[in-house]
Amino acid sequence: MPASRSESVSYSNANASQAILRTVDLGVSFGGHQAVNAVSTSFHGGALTAIVGPNGAGKTTYFNLISGQIAASQGEVWLSSENVTALSVSQRARKGLGRAFQLTNLFPRLSVLENIRLVAQSMQSGRHHHGFDFWRIWSDAADLIEHATDILRSVSMAAQLGDPVATLSHGDQRKLEVAMLIAMNPTVYMFDEPTAGMSADEVPVVLDLIRDLKTHSHKTILLVEHKMDVVRDLADRIVVLHNGQLVADGEPAEVINSDIVQEAYLGTRGGARRGLM
Amino acid sequence: MTTLDWARLISKDRPGSRVLAILLIAIVAGLLFAPFALTGAKAISICVKIMIFAVLAASFDLLLGYTGIVSFAHTVFFGIGAYGVGIALTRLGASWTSLAAGILTAILLSILLALVIGLFSLRVRAIFFSMITLALSAAAQTLATQLSGLTGGEDGLVFRLPPGLMPNARLLDSKLLGLTIDGKVLCYYLILAMSVTFVLAMLRIVNSPFGRVLLAIRDNEFRAEAIGYPVFVFRTLSNVAAAVFACTSGVMLSLWLRYAGPDASLSFEIMLDILMIVIIGGVGTIYGSVVGATAFLIAQGYLQDLLKASSAASHILPGIDQVLSPDRWMLWLGLLFILAVYYFPAGLVGVLRRPAGKLNAKGGRPAKDRFIMIYRWMGRAR
Ligand SMILES: Nc1ncnc2c1ncn2[C@@H]1O[C@H](COP(=O)(O)OP(=O)(O)O)[C@@H](O)[C@H]1O
Ligand SMILES: [Mg+2]
Repeated sequence: MPASRSESVSYSNANASQAILRTVDLGVSFGGHQAVNAVSTSFHGGALTAIVGPNGAGKTTYFNLISGQIAASQGEVWLSSENVTALSVSQRARKGLGRAFQLTNLFPRLSVLENIRLVAQSMQSGRHHHGFDFWRIWSDAADLIEHATDILRSVSMAAQLGDPVATLSHGDQRKLEVAMLIAMNPTVYMFDEPTAGMSADEVPVVLDLIRDLKTHSHKTILLVEHKMDVVRDLADRIVVLHNGQLVADGEPAEVINSDIVQEAYLGTRGGARRGLM
Repeated sequence: MTTLDWARLISKDRPGSRVLAILLIAIVAGLLFAPFALTGAKAISICVKIMIFAVLAASFDLLLGYTGIVSFAHTVFFGIGAYGVGIALTRLGASWTSLAAGILTAILLSILLALVIGLFSLRVRAIFFSMITLALSAAAQTLATQLSGLTGGEDGLVFRLPPGLMPNARLLDSKLLGLTIDGKVLCYYLILAMSVTFVLAMLRIVNSPFGRVLLAIRDNEFRAEAIGYPVFVFRTLSNVAAAVFACTSGVMLSLWLRYAGPDASLSFEIMLDILMIVIIGGVGTIYGSVVGATAFLIAQGYLQDLLKASSAASHILPGIDQVLSPDRWMLWLGLLFILAVYYFPAGLVGVLRRPAGKLNAKGGRPAKDRFIMIYRWMGRAR
C-alpha cells in the first residue's frame, strides 16, 4: 500500500501553538505489532475531525493513547501547551480530555441519574473536591442532581432517571455513554463509534447532540464513525488511519476523493461504505 | 433547633422498609435497655458482641460492599485495637491517659499499616490484594503468639481498666431501676455510644460524595478512572477508613473483656464471622451489618443451647443425637448460612427492602449469581 503521507495538508501543518490537542510521533506496539505507528497531527478548537479506517486500523488504540488507558511506547500527547503523556487517565480526564467508549462502559448497578451525576461530581472542583468529600451528604447537592437531570433531558432519557443501567436497552446504554461524555464538559471530545448498534430512530438524537456541540461551543471533537454519510455531513476534516499509520488527512471532499483513499479503501465508489468499515 | 433531624442523622439513607426501620429501632432500644431487663452474664455479653461486631462488620462492608475489595486482613486491625489497649494498660498502668495513649497509637498504627498494604497491593488485581491480606492475617497471628513478652503469647493479656470502668467501681450510691450502676454498666454504655456513633459515621461516609465514588469503583473501576477519579487513591482511603473503624471495634472488645488474645481478636474464625454477618445482613448496606450481627450472634449464642435440648430429647435414636450434638452447632450454623444465602442473596436488608417478586432497585443479582459469587469468596479464603 502507498506509505506516502503527502496527503497530510493544512491542519497538521497549521500553527502548533493554536492546537488544542497534539500528538507527536505517538505510537504503541503490542508484541511486535505496531497498533499505532508514529502518528503526528494536531486538532483545533471548533472543529470536528472524523477518524476513519478499516477495522483494526488502530482508531480505538489511538484514542486510548490520547486518554491514557494505554501507555505510549513512543511519542507524546500535548493538551494545549502541556505535555500530558506521563499523566494518569484520571488526571487527563480532569484536564479536559473526555472520552466515550466504543464498547459501552457504564456503572450497571447504579441508576441512570447517578451515572451522570458521578461525572458531574468528578468535574466539580469547588465544594466536592472531585469526590474527596467525606462528610457532606451527596444528595444535599441539589445543583449536581439538577444538572445531571438536564443532561438526561437533552438525550431524552429523563423518564429513565431512576432505572438501574443494567436494565436499559442497548440503544439507551449507548445514549447514556454519549451523555456521560457530554456531562464531563471536556475541552476535547472523543467519540468512538457513538451510533454503533443503535436503532435507526435513536441515531439522529445522538448525531444532533454532536452537531449541537460543534455549532454552539468551540470544542475540539474527534469522532470515529463508520457511516460515510454521517462523516460527510458532520466532519470539517477527515483523518484516515491504516495499519496504525496516518495515511490521509484533509478536507472531507478532498480526502474521500483522494487517490489513496479511493484505491486503498473504497475500491469502487459503490463500495465506499463497506470499504471504510 | 428543637427537634432532632433524624434524616440527617442517618445521612438521608432511609432504611427503605418499614419493617427494617422498626427492626433497627428495636435493636437499638433492646441494647439500650438490656442491662435493666436481662440478668444473665451471657445475655449481656451477647449484647456487647452485637455492638462490637456491628461496627466491625460495617467497616468490612465499607470494603466489600462499597469498594468491591475483599480483604482478609480485617482481623489484623481488630487485633491492633484490642492489643493496643491491652499493651498500653499493662505497660503504662490502668489510667485514662494510658488508655488514650493505647487507642491513639493503635489508630495511628492501623492507618499506617492500611496505607502500606494499599500502596503495595491495591494498584494490582483484586485477587492479589486478597492474597496479600490473607498472608498478613496469618503473619499477625504468628506475631502475636511469638512476641509473648509484649503480647502475652497464646495466653494473651489480662489487664485492668481505669478505675471508673472496673466492675467494682460504684458510680451511684443507690440502685437505678433495680440495677447497680457500676463500672461494668458504664463500660456497657460507653461501648453502646461508640458503636452507635461509629455506625452512623460509616453511614455518613458511604453517603458522602466520596462514598458514591466507592460505589462507582465497585461497579466499574475502569470507567471511574476514565471520568476523573483516581481509583487507586480512593481505594487506599477506603482501606484506611475501614482499618480505623475495625481498630476501634478492637478497642471496644478490650474494654469489655479486659483481655486481649489471639483467639479473641485475630483468629480466622472471626474473619469468617465477619463475612457471614455482612452477607446475612446484606452486602453494601451498612444497616445489614447491624441486623446481621444481631441475627448471627443470637444464633451463635443460643443454637448450642437449642441443640443441647434437642439432643437430650432425641437420645433414644442413635445417630440423630450425634447430628444434634451441641458440638455440631457450627454445622447447623453453616447450613443455615447456606440456606440464607441461597434464598436471600441480598441479605436480610435486601429481602426487607425489595417489594415481593420484583428485582431490587439497585439491580440486585439473581440468587444463583450471588451464590456463585459468595462461593468464590469462600473459595479464595481457603
Ligand atoms: N490491548 C491490546 N493488546 C493487544 N493488541 C491490541 C490491544 N488493543 C488493540 N490491539 C490491536 O491493535 C489493533 C488496532 O485495534 P483498534 O485500535 O481496536 O482498531 P480500530 O478501533 O481501528 O478498529 C488491532 O489489531 C488490535 O487487535
Ligand atoms: Mg475501534
